[in-house]
Formats: sequence, structure tokens, C-alpha cells
Amino acid sequence: MTEQMTGAQSLIRSLEHVGVDVVFGIPGGAILPAYDPLFDSTRVRHILMRHEQGAGHAAEGYAYATGRPGVCVATSGPGATNLVTPLADAHMDSVPMVAITGQVASPAIGTDAFQEADICGITMPITKHNYLVRDTADIPRTIAEAFQIASTGRPGPVLVDIAKDALQGQSTFVWPDRLDMPGYRPVTKPHGKQVREAARMVAEARRPVLYVGGGVFKAGASQELRVLAELTGVPVVTTLMARGAFPDSHPQHLGMPGMHGTVAAVGALQKADLIVALGARFDDRVTGKLDSFAPDATIVHADIDPAEISKNRHADVPIVGDCREVIADLVVSVRNDQTNGRTGDYAAWWSQLDRLRTTYPLGFEENPDGGLSPQRVIKRLGELAGPEVSYVAGVGQHQMWASQFIDYEHPGTFINSGGLGTMGFSVPAALGAQAADPDRTVWAIDGDGCFQMTNQELATCAIEGIPIKVAVINNGNLGMVRQWQTLFYDGRYSNTDLQTAPKEEARVRIPDFARLAEAYGCVGLRCDRAEDVDATIEKAMAINDAPVVIDFSVNHDAMVWPMVGPGVSNDNIQYARDMAPEWDDED
Amino acid sequence: MSQHTLSVLVEDTPGILARASSLFSRRGFNIHSLSVSTTEYEGLSRMTIVVNCDRHPLEQVTKQLNKLVNVVKIVEMDNDASVRRELLLAKVKADAGSRPQVIQTAELFRANVVDVHPDVVVIEATGRPDKLDSLVRNLEPFGIKELVKSGLVALGRGPRSITDRSLRAVERSA
Repeated sequence: MTEQMTGAQSLIRSLEHVGVDVVFGIPGGAILPAYDPLFDSTRVRHILMRHEQGAGHAAEGYAYATGRPGVCVATSGPGATNLVTPLADAHMDSVPMVAITGQVASPAIGTDAFQEADICGITMPITKHNYLVRDTADIPRTIAEAFQIASTGRPGPVLVDIAKDALQGQSTFVWPDRLDMPGYRPVTKPHGKQVREAARMVAEARRPVLYVGGGVFKAGASQELRVLAELTGVPVVTTLMARGAFPDSHPQHLGMPGMHGTVAAVGALQKADLIVALGARFDDRVTGKLDSFAPDATIVHADIDPAEISKNRHADVPIVGDCREVIADLVVSVRNDQTNGRTGDYAAWWSQLDRLRTTYPLGFEENPDGGLSPQRVIKRLGELAGPEVSYVAGVGQHQMWASQFIDYEHPGTFINSGGLGTMGFSVPAALGAQAADPDRTVWAIDGDGCFQMTNQELATCAIEGIPIKVAVINNGNLGMVRQWQTLFYDGRYSNTDLQTAPKEEARVRIPDFARLAEAYGCVGLRCDRAEDVDATIEKAMAINDAPVVIDFSVNHDAMVWPMVGPGVSNDNIQYARDMAPEWDDED
Repeated sequence: MSQHTLSVLVEDTPGILARASSLFSRRGFNIHSLSVSTTEYEGLSRMTIVVNCDRHPLEQVTKQLNKLVNVVKIVEMDNDASVRRELLLAKVKADAGSRPQVIQTAELFRANVVDVHPDVVVIEATGRPDKLDSLVRNLEPFGIKELVKSGLVALGRGPRSITDRSLRAVERSA
């Protein structure tokens, strides 16, 4: 199939070829040629965003919802640099994404031309790969490679920067039937000997833990994980990126480990004699002070990215492979061992862990002034909206509470920015997830700080008919920063008061989120009293033809607990302020 | 800290030098020397990178380097199992009085005089880095006005070639 066409046409044809149905973007000078054939495409829907950062996060939300690469489009210079944050975000959290940017025409490259930025140079460290296309004929192959790289191996963002003259030039459209990338060969099939060794260790361990990371979700390995967990009886912890990959209701689930993890999950890792890390990367937010992390544990580390293995913590048994294949193979090995009478006995371990989780469950104190406590709002939202909807959080206190107080039963139902910690992620990512799956209910859970970074995308939601629901957990402050000021800076609240919620009656809310929502063509609701929480959420749930924003004015003194302080050992986790759990030191 | 030599086969694409070298600085490594050239196969270039670092971080950076899409293969060149050479050009002060001594020193190191001027000579030498260091030490008393080195290149000893296996893939795509 060969046909003469412009580079712009071949770009759109290529996107259609790889099955793209939605792209998020903003046009501008250098990318303008592409917008002309895009106008005619019946298969690719373009959603016009209000800021390129929003386009990038929307593409991430789309990728979380579908498992396929999200696509965002921007022009050269500032359009492209506005994608830097979402690209870095996708890079940290291994989100498959393809960013297409216009570049100034080839003869102008390197001349400091109008709206020129070396976006390939800028994004080199924050993309899985990137391309500068100067030749019209290279467009189809480049797009094919970009999607292949973004979606295979350890997923990640790929940027394709296309010079304007390449978009305007003519060439024969040739779709590559085979891609040759001699330097790109991700290993997916794990080494059998390593897997058998891991299985043997599981049977011999006294205190094993399955430490489950985002790789399990990315590999679509939740079913396999459940089989492995139930077959072995080993406790499971799920990181922030893996919430939902193992059901919260499952009796073997100890919750999230890390800085704001449950005492049981943190304690399980600390006291373990065997940690089986599956698609997790021993991030500092999980390990706390690295040299005192899980001092007695032997480490089995399975990851599709060999560079993650032994990066932070030495792996005694390294397994390179796709988590789904690794776990499936592990199940076979464990079954074999069990048939031959080799089964682990973790009864004592479980009694130790059960004591931890019954003594130190997740909890919170109601607002002493009778106002709303943020944890209560989020907990009720989770209970009323249920486990079948998607929750998309921003970054900060509300994100941690959303992870702690909502029960996730299905993979991919909790979407958030983990590695980069990008404030402003929630609204555009929710938009992207909703656009990918119009029949699903998508709740953005946002903070007042985050919300003000990207809320202009409410306009996009209203105009494009993307009825997300937003719960703004409004404490009028940069809440997590304020919490650190409370704990580590003697309560000196330097520059954390945003004035979006009145401390005193007289103070004006700037802005008033409910009215702001209305101005954007959304339904704006407010809830200030505990007795109105359920009714307000139900009211929002009943609206399906427009985006809804609820401004929950909550207590600004509420803090996220438990907490492992920065740079502190996990052993020193605080269950609440100045309250350390008592470990069972029977061993 | 010890010195390590990596031979890195890369696809000859724009930006690959920046990709590889920036990865080292980003991960906190200083490159001691780096040289790039074409190879016996069209479309394939070879970098020889010398870094000072411990074993564990070297493994980490090698793995990261391997993740670059245009990096085809990385081999660490063992000191004993490889031939290692560097080229040096030095502009040394040499007037009528000192010239014979300068030339004699060069000859001791099997170096060549490739340019002569009434006040200076340019000396060209190849060899292992320690030999070149020694040459430089012996030339220093005369006064070295300018010095440049190519960076190390290395090739494994014996019949095997690091390009053999990686090659087939590249030829296919050509």
C-alpha cells in the first residue's frame, strides 16, 4: 500500500495505523500542518486542551485507563517545553505515552528561530527515547517505532519532534511491516533457574512478603498474583503505584508500605526474612533509610528493567522478565515444590502480623471543632462511589488519604503521580481516563493547591462532554508542606496558606471553587458540614451530563499518619504524632 | 576506585554521543576519556569510554547505558585481554640547542617528529597510556606548549569480535 501524501497526512495515517482513537493537544505554528488532516480524520478524535501540561497528563490518564500509549500533541518551543513535566512524570511512573511536537523547519533548526527549543535535547533524560524527524519519508517508521518502544518492555514516554518542512513535504506512504531495532530487545521471559530458586526460598522462608509494585499492574498480572499469594499464603503489600493490583479486601493484604504506609505493611518488610519484589523498585519512599531497610531479608527481585535490579538494594535472586510471566512461572515452581512436600509454614509470622494490623489499623481523629475531617470525606467517597469507579489523585495529603482510606479491588482504579509527585496531575489525568472510557465513572480527588495548577482543564471537560467528578479536599493550604512545617519547622507556616478556605468567617475564599466550577460550565457544589457529606456526594453521583466539582472545606490541621520521617529508618515509624508502635521482638 | 574501559557499539544516529555521555554525568560519573569512530560495518559506530569508578556503580551505569535504544552492545575491555592504544600530539619547545635532545627523547619512545619549526617540534606518539605518560614526563623539562590525546581505543585480543553477533541485526535493517 503506497500512496503519495504530505508528511502531515502520513503522520495522521500512521496514528490511525497504530490504532490511536484519541489525542490530546493544542495547535500552534510548527505543528499546524498536522492539524489540517487531523481535522478530517474520522478515527482520531482530538481533544483541545487548555495547557500542554494538561495534554500530557491526559495522555497519561488515557494510558492508565486503557493500557495503550496515550498521545499528546504540541507545537514547538513553549508548547513542547510545557510537556516536560508530564514527560518526566510518565518516565518516573513508566507510563506508555507518545508525545508529538512540531519543530521549526529544518533550515531554521539551530538558529534560535521563533518558538524554537531543542526539545529532544531537553527531554533526553526524561524520555525512554526521542526522535527528531527532518525527512518526510521517515514519519511512518518513526511513529511505528515510537509506539513499539513506548508500550513494550518497561513502558515509558517517547517524544517525536517533527520539523515543519517534514510535515509539509511530500512522500510515498510506506508502513513498515517489520521494525528493526537492534539495540532494543526487552527480555520478557524469565530465567527458569532463578524462578525455581525463588520458589525454593519462598518454601524455606519463615517470614516472607510479596512486595508488589506498579510493574504488576503494567504487566496485567493481578490474576497471577492472586493465585501466587493464595497458593503460598504469603502476606502482600502494594505500593502506591500498585494500589488495586491486589484486592484491599483480601485477608492476605497488609496495605501500602512506605512513608505513609500501614504499620503492618512497613513492619512486615522490616521484619521479613524474604522479600519477593515484583515490579517494584525499592524507592526511597518505600525503604526509608536504605541501610536499615529490612536488615534480615533475602531479596528476590523480579523486574522487566535489569537496571532496577540491585540499583538500591542488592538482589540475592535477580529475575529479569515481564511480571506476568515471572509470576506465572513462580506459580508452577511453587506447585511443584508443594507436590513434593515443600510448603512454607508462616503461622507464627501471620500471628505477629495480625497483632500489628489489629493493634495499629489505619485511622484518624475527627475534627475537634466539629467541621469536616478530610479523611472522613475521602473514606465516605470511597464507600459511596464504590470499587467499580476510577479514582485519580493529585499529590500531597489528599493523595495519601485516597490511598489509605479507599478500598481498591481492581487494578488501575487508583491513578496518581507517584515517582515525580506532580501537583496538578489529577484533573487532566481524570479527563484522559474518562475520555478513554466514557462509560466509567471517574472521580478526581484533588487538593486545593493541586487543583489550582491545572483546573483550567475543566473548560475542556465541559466543552468536550467529559463529565469527570472532582472532590477538592480544600484545607486552604499546601497541606503536606504545612504538615512538614508542623513537624519539622516548629509550626512556622511559611507560604503555605492559599486562602481558598476561610479560617475565619470574614475571610473571602480566593477563589471560590464552587463558583469557579460554575464559571467553567461545570456544576459546583460545596460541603462544609459533616452531616452534608453523603448527600453532597450522592448529588454529584446523580449528575452524569456535566462535570461536577465539590468543594469540601476541611480541617487544615489534619495530618497523614502513620509516617516514617524523611531520612529515618522504617523502624521508627510513627503511628500517630509521638507515638511509635511496639514491635513484637519475640524473634 | 578503579579504571574501567567500555567498548560500546551504537547505531550511528544523530545525538547518540550526547545520549551516552550525558547519561554518565547524570548518574554522577566522570568520563576520563571517550573516543568515537566508525567500524567495519556501515551504520555502526564504536565508542571507547574510560571511567573511574567502583564495580557496583559501573554495573549500574552499564545497565542504564544498555537501555538506550541506539546502544547495541557493551563490552568491558579487560586490561590483560585487550590491546589498548592512545595517540598523542605534543608541541615541544626545541631550538637549535635543545632539538637533538628532544628528538632523542622522542626516539626512545618510538615517537615521530611530524612538524618542525625553528622554536618547536610537534611529536606524535602512540601507545598504552602509561607509556605516553612517561613520554610526557620526559618532555616536560623542555617545555610542552600544547598537548592533545585521542582518548583510548581498545580491541580484544584473539579471534573473537564483539561485532559478530550484534551485526546480523544491523545488516538486516540496512
